[in-house]
Amino acid sequence: MSESQEEYEDIPGTWVFDAARSRQGYALNKFLYSLMKPENRAAFKGDEPAYLDRFGMTEGQRKAVLTRDWNAMLAQGGVSYALAKLAFTDEHSYQFMAAEMTGLSQQQYLDMMVSGGRSIEGWRSKKERGEA
Amino acid sequence: MAKIIAGMGTSHTPAIGAALDLGKTKEPYWAPIFQGYEGAKAWMAEHKPDVAIIVYNDHVNAFDFKIIPTFAIGCGDEYPIADEGWGPRPVPVVKGYPEMAAHIAQSLILDDFDMTIINEMEVDHGLTVPLSVAYGAPAEWPVRVIPLAVNVVQYPAPSGRRCYNLGKAIKKAVESWGEDLNVVVFGTGGMSHQIQGPRAGLINSEFDKAFLDGLSQDPEKLADIPGVVYMREAGNEAIELVMWLMMRGALGDQVDEVFRFYHVPASSTGVGSIILETHDYHEQNKQRSAA
Repeated sequence: MSESQEEYEDIPGTWVFDAARSRQGYALNKFLYSLMKPENRAAFKGDEPAYLDRFGMTEGQRKAVLTRDWNAMLAQGGVSYALAKLAFTDEHSYQFMAAEMTGLSQQQYLDMMVSGGRSIEGWRSKKERGEA
Repeated sequence: MAKIIAGMGTSHTPAIGAALDLGKTKEPYWAPIFQGYEGAKAWMAEHKPDVAIIVYNDHVNAFDFKIIPTFAIGCGDEYPIADEGWGPRPVPVVKGYPEMAAHIAQSLILDDFDMTIINEMEVDHGLTVPLSVAYGAPAEWPVRVIPLAVNVVQYPAPSGRRCYNLGKAIKKAVESWGEDLNVVVFGTGGMSHQIQGPRAGLINSEFDKAFLDGLSQDPEKLADIPGVVYMREAGNEAIELVMWLMMRGALGDQVDEVFRFYHVPASSTGVGSIILETHDYHEQNKQRSAA
């Protein structure tokens, strides 16, 4: 692990989309990217498992997509901007997806943002939080 | 000769574009943001730059993961609006300036910046939201645009220092273009935000305000901030702020701040904007208004 990797992997609650995750998530992100076309969004909505068969994703990635487990997608190489296309296909906003990633309710997340957002205090380092 | 008259830093939060497109600008949540940008719109209306070089990042729309250029410059005639998953934004096609863009590309490459050349691409909210906050909703954009796309999606983004130096090379490239044109450079993205994982919603207003101060007064110091510090202190996606440093590098050493606005939140972001006039242009204006 390089010095820099050690630093960014210490950021809590975050999967930094580096080259390794990009490689790991290639098929998953390719599926998500395909949702930019209306005909693909329709095909996906029509039969989700069949549509996913086109992309050669891992079982874990498939399951994360089918259950809309956003953090599991991130952990398996998905990148947030690609994930957004799935949220939009479901007719949700980006903020909806972000709230789900945090485990807060939609109202709690909105309230947190309107009152200034999540504070950095306590969120700088996994080591500080006793997570590493 | 062409000259850079000013730089504008601005967030490019997609929800701001959506609020404008859906007619929500007067709603209590959005009104402070659109009111905040009025000063920037007034500046653009008064100074009417001929060309805008917009430093932005694509969000997995024009570029998928087949090709990820670190620095890419648009040399096309025009740029259609991308369908990011809910249909394209109802905004005008973006008109390019291929001749000038090609000149800038050539100058940058000869200055040791290895640019990727793009002749055809769609542009997403990263480029269109800055146009919207600067110009509102006109039937045609009143400015020709040269897109400059920076990879900030896959780690590592180029360093702040590298972006700052590329900005300096942009200044040189613009000033060696023969036409008498006024150019504005946009640095877009940020400010603090994290939009992934359990830490989503992170906002660090102190970091953002210090960044705005530094941009105005001490960009050299800002250029030394390592990428991981943006990500840790102001959210994973705050790394987009390195693009503001490219804008700042293009303005020369001395600038005059003429507009600033900051607000939390727009969706999950801290929204900030600044306009910095180059000192020469600022002085010229002062003399003109005194005369």
